[in-house]
Amino acid sequence: MKTEFNPNENPEEVIENLENNEDKKDDEYNFWKETWKRLRRHRMAMIGGTVIIIIYILVIFAGFLSPYHPHNGAKKHFFHPPTKVHFTDENGLTRPYVYRTESVGWAEYEVIKDKKYPIKFFHHGDEYKFLNLFKTDLHLFGVDKPAHIFLLGSDNYGRDVFTRLLFGGRVSMFIGFIAIFISTVIGLLVGGIAGYYGGWIDNALMRLAEVVMSIPAFYLLLALAAVLPLDVSSTFRFFLIITILSFIGWAGMSRVIRGMVLSVRNEEYILAARAIGAKDKRIIIKHVLPSTATYVIVRATVAIPGYIIMESGLSFLGLGIQEPNASWGNMLTAAQNVTKITGFPWLLIPGIMIFIAVLNYNLLGDGLRDALDPKSTQDH
Amino acid sequence: MKTYIIRRILQAIPLLLAISLLAFVIMQLSPGSYLDRVRMNPDVSEELIETMEKQYGLDKSVPEQYFHWLWQLLHGNLGESFTYKVPVTHVIGSRMLNTLILSVAAMVLAWGVAVPIGIYSATHKYTVGDNIFTSLAFVGLSIPNFFFALLLLFLIVRFNVGLPISGMTSVMHDFMSPAGKVLDILKHLLVPAVVLGTARMASLTRQMRGQMIDAMRSDYIRTAKSKGLKKRKVVYKHALRNAINPMITIFGFQISALLSGAALTETVTGWPGLGKMMLTAVRSKDLYLAMAGLMMGSVLLIAGNLIADVLLAVSDPRIRYN
Repeated sequence: MKTEFNPNENPEEVIENLENNEDKKDDEYNFWKETWKRLRRHRMAMIGGTVIIIIYILVIFAGFLSPYHPHNGAKKHFFHPPTKVHFTDENGLTRPYVYRTESVGWAEYEVIKDKKYPIKFFHHGDEYKFLNLFKTDLHLFGVDKPAHIFLLGSDNYGRDVFTRLLFGGRVSMFIGFIAIFISTVIGLLVGGIAGYYGGWIDNALMRLAEVVMSIPAFYLLLALAAVLPLDVSSTFRFFLIITILSFIGWAGMSRVIRGMVLSVRNEEYILAARAIGAKDKRIIIKHVLPSTATYVIVRATVAIPGYIIMESGLSFLGLGIQEPNASWGNMLTAAQNVTKITGFPWLLIPGIMIFIAVLNYNLLGDGLRDALDPKSTQDH
Repeated sequence: MKTYIIRRILQAIPLLLAISLLAFVIMQLSPGSYLDRVRMNPDVSEELIETMEKQYGLDKSVPEQYFHWLWQLLHGNLGESFTYKVPVTHVIGSRMLNTLILSVAAMVLAWGVAVPIGIYSATHKYTVGDNIFTSLAFVGLSIPNFFFALLLLFLIVRFNVGLPISGMTSVMHDFMSPAGKVLDILKHLLVPAVVLGTARMASLTRQMRGQMIDAMRSDYIRTAKSKGLKKRKVVYKHALRNAINPMITIFGFQISALLSGAALTETVTGWPGLGKMMLTAVRSKDLYLAMAGLMMGSVLLIAGNLIADVLLAVSDPRIRYN
């Protein structure tokens, strides 16, 4: 490890640290600290990471931040364009307000300027469960009926796109996260076992991985999605989709892990552990797998966007998350028709959200790769 | 080399058998069957359903069905599509060709743009141009295929661009001259190929830039420069040739993503390929068609990987397959 001279550091401490280098814990601590330092220097990665955290906060507090319930639609206000929020009136600057609108034809609306409806903060609206803990009806903002506030327009059932965007984000953002976690665990286990034991176990497991990898991922995903029963609760379906995503993802991971395990298997420290009489399980978990940690972290971060795209693609085709539950993918289904996208372009907004999430995950992953693998930072 | 190719093809056989078994198990697990859908139709009599059951062998046990299907497969018969009422082989041939056309077009587009940009970026590191291309590559990498397709369709309709927005041929296709027919298909191909090519293009540009930078740093480049060779010659004759080899390996890795991306792109743009067929088959529980789709998708993937390996051996004399 490289130790740079840092004027803020106490020289005695530096020497002490150097002396304690055999101490494994201290070494590990320094490694992560160094990584964090390198990551901090990576401006785009920090921006990416910040945006990702903001998106997660937004979707976690979706119930409070959105003005409506994601399933409640204003039946007479389907395909309503984004509501215009006024900040000024005849007296100059004023508290933000909206006008109510009335339907005058199929998806055509007229603004009725008879009364101003101010946007109320901490407004009592539709009931929801705050963080799934307790029921409340407090929303960050809202307007009194009969006016509506559709910040990003409404969909074919008159549901608020902004509200559904936040709730749909929960699905899209967490599915990737959980799926990568599960497929990483499976990949580590399978790769670890195959590489460590070798022989017929290795052969069998790797042939299995090869079978999964030889089917184009999306074809396999389609076939697996067809297996999912339709008449199950939305939560259960959510986990089923995670299961099939993980089923597709583990193979590539396990192959690389196997290779890494094979290369460290005959390292001296492993032989030493074995000579002392450590059990296989302990050697795998304590000594072999940690050597793959950096790869696993980078790979996981880089893979999450792929899972987000797969989920949204599946939901877009109607095989993933089902109505009335929202996901960024199935919200885009409404925009599948060309006449609808041109007439109601705000239906494309969920796609922009997918793009933003994926872009920032890519930026973060890129920086993380550079930070964890100093060799690659030289000047790419 | 010949023996290597033959060995690889022989190795693919057990692999394809295992894939077929997996595919069959998955399709059997899927709830409901095509006949259930037919039963919903009150006009269809019970006798007709029984006849269909017998005809498609759906009354037999599951292992029997599998071996029956496998036996038929060895005779070049992939079964009959329930929905199209024709042998699967009739449907699948043209679909495979269409997917191949789309994939190759996307690949040509991606390589044609990515390699020059990658070289430019690597030789003009950290300039404005490089930064713009690098940012664009990130955008291209992050935009989901199906959303990009929707966006392009939206722009085409919004700004009245004279491009078809769906399918592979126009209504008047059959009445066109041969040249007109090709032109018609090319026009339809443009949007799906651009959509599918963009994602590949983005990752290839990044890879190409990285490989070129690595190559430019090596000792033989320094030697070439110091003996006074022109920059053009150093870049194209020495650096590029060495940077392009790893790209062929990447080409192999990309085939799976290419086929997967093609499936979604085909669905949005109505390109009648294997992926779109697969979706219809899966939705309507068309057992044999879905099985054939999975198998043929895998065949394309395995063949693509083999081609990539052979290309690598041809381009890199250090690699010997024995």
